[in-house]
Amino acid sequence: MNSPRPERRVAALFILLAMLSLLSGLLYGTLGAGQYIFPELLKTKLSFSQSRPLHVYLVINWIFSAAAGGIYYYLPWISGGRKIFSPALAFIHFGLQLLVWIMVVTGFFMGVFGGREYLEFPVWINAIVLFSWLCFMINFFATVRPVFKNAPVYIWSFSTGLLFFFITMTEAQLWVLPYFNNNIIRDVTVQWKAMGSMVGSWNMLVYGSAMLIMEKISGDKEMNHSKMAYFFYFLGMTNLMFNWGHHTYIVPASPVVKTVSYFISMTELLILGNIIYTWRKKFRDSLGFRKFLPASVLGWADSWIFLNLVLSIAISVPAINYFTHGTHITVAHAMGATIGINTMLLLASLVFIVSKENEPLLTRTGGHLKSALRVMNISLLVFWGTLIGMGIVKIMAVQDNELFYGVMNRLRPWFDFFFLSGIVLLAGLAWVLIWLVPVFWRILTGKKS
Amino acid sequence: MGKLSVFILLFTSYAAYSTWVYTNGTDRGTVMNAQQQAGKKIWQQYNCTSCHQIFGLGGYLGPELTTVISDKNRGETYARVFLQAGAVRMPNFHFTPEQINDIIAYLKYVDTNAFSYKHGNEQPTP
Repeated sequence: MNSPRPERRVAALFILLAMLSLLSGLLYGTLGAGQYIFPELLKTKLSFSQSRPLHVYLVINWIFSAAAGGIYYYLPWISGGRKIFSPALAFIHFGLQLLVWIMVVTGFFMGVFGGREYLEFPVWINAIVLFSWLCFMINFFATVRPVFKNAPVYIWSFSTGLLFFFITMTEAQLWVLPYFNNNIIRDVTVQWKAMGSMVGSWNMLVYGSAMLIMEKISGDKEMNHSKMAYFFYFLGMTNLMFNWGHHTYIVPASPVVKTVSYFISMTELLILGNIIYTWRKKFRDSLGFRKFLPASVLGWADSWIFLNLVLSIAISVPAINYFTHGTHITVAHAMGATIGINTMLLLASLVFIVSKENEPLLTRTGGHLKSALRVMNISLLVFWGTLIGMGIVKIMAVQDNELFYGVMNRLRPWFDFFFLSGIVLLAGLAWVLIWLVPVFWRILTGKKS
Repeated sequence: MGKLSVFILLFTSYAAYSTWVYTNGTDRGTVMNAQQQAGKKIWQQYNCTSCHQIFGLGGYLGPELTTVISDKNRGETYARVFLQAGAVRMPNFHFTPEQINDIIAYLKYVDTNAFSYKHGNEQPTP
């Protein structure tokens, strides 16, 4: 038995926790979807006010844990072969995150809430989250410091994600001050601001991982030093900082907030244009490239980036946003981003690690993974399309002055599709994870593959 | 311009914009009184946001509640009935009459400040 380097063990711990979070998060999401159809389902034992926060917390935890695990794994590569600055801090980071996981999940089962959208656990738990993140930041910056001067774009991306998660997580707690809490317009605007930018922060971590593995797959070291790469990084950072306002068109804050966010949202058209251009080039030039499994997973993510950007740009137009806000189209936007884009990119990162750890496994059983990913993506497409359909039906019902009960009745057939596609999505994911878990377990225990 | 300079420029703009959002950008509407604050506290304690939206924040299993009080099809009585007895999807939380009054006070406060739903984005003159 080998004794694995501490960063590899921490990486494996984070990734195993991430996979547990994703599986259980989708399980509670499916339960929540079922509660739309069967209102009495566990109504007194595990009501929707518990199943939804469990789903939201666990899926967000998947993104952060898988991204953190990937970063710990990649640290020796991106720091020029250096050892991690402090293994102890890395284990403290993991230990605290596990502690938070246990407290939040147990708290939700017991009905203990903080009651803030997306961060529905008690506010004091955030202090532990922030402290654990500080450990992560210290370790990351101290390890990569010598290579920072000529760093590739993914190190900038990781750094920005780490910094802005800390900032936005702190900002999301400002409501505890009466100055923010006692003015609903300020409170809601700042909450949208913090959460919108926090999504940008985890996108930076996930996109950084994707850029890193693209470089490793293609062997092209220049791509992450190019002016184009930095242009899109800074565009992404600008969107992280100022794009949140497209969620607040209905909040009576200053009109300047809406104007700023509208113009920033439209810069996403540049990203969209670039994706289409790159896509066409990729299909034309290197079909063989996509035969390598991690690259093919990135290809799925590409499709989701395209679909979600179209949706995101559409709902950023005020005249469209007027109708779509408060409908499931907003949920489609969130699901497309978290499952379609982030999850596919993170799975690409994990499959890439598998290709480094156990190439024969990838060659031998990669076909299973491809099938599982196909099931996941097709069911997700049905799920996503159903959410958009539900949004359109709701818009029509509201235009007809239908009351809430009538709206729900009109939506009833759509809930069935929503629920069934959720079950298939969960099955596809379970199939992927059954394939992945043993590899990371071996990394953790130091057993040879 | 170097990469670090671009980063610092963007970060400084973000800091300035955030300060403006915290102050002038959101310096509208009224401030909550003690009863409305108590209502908000109960709203959070029972995680009402998982099913109901206020200003777009929240879930979709229950109706949007930003303007529930002034909505001519719903109103205060409608809200009280659900708070007292629950519904098909909403559990009965067994709120005390005082808690119900606090939540209603909070919803009234939210409704009063939801002028973007009623008069475009202009704050009405008192």
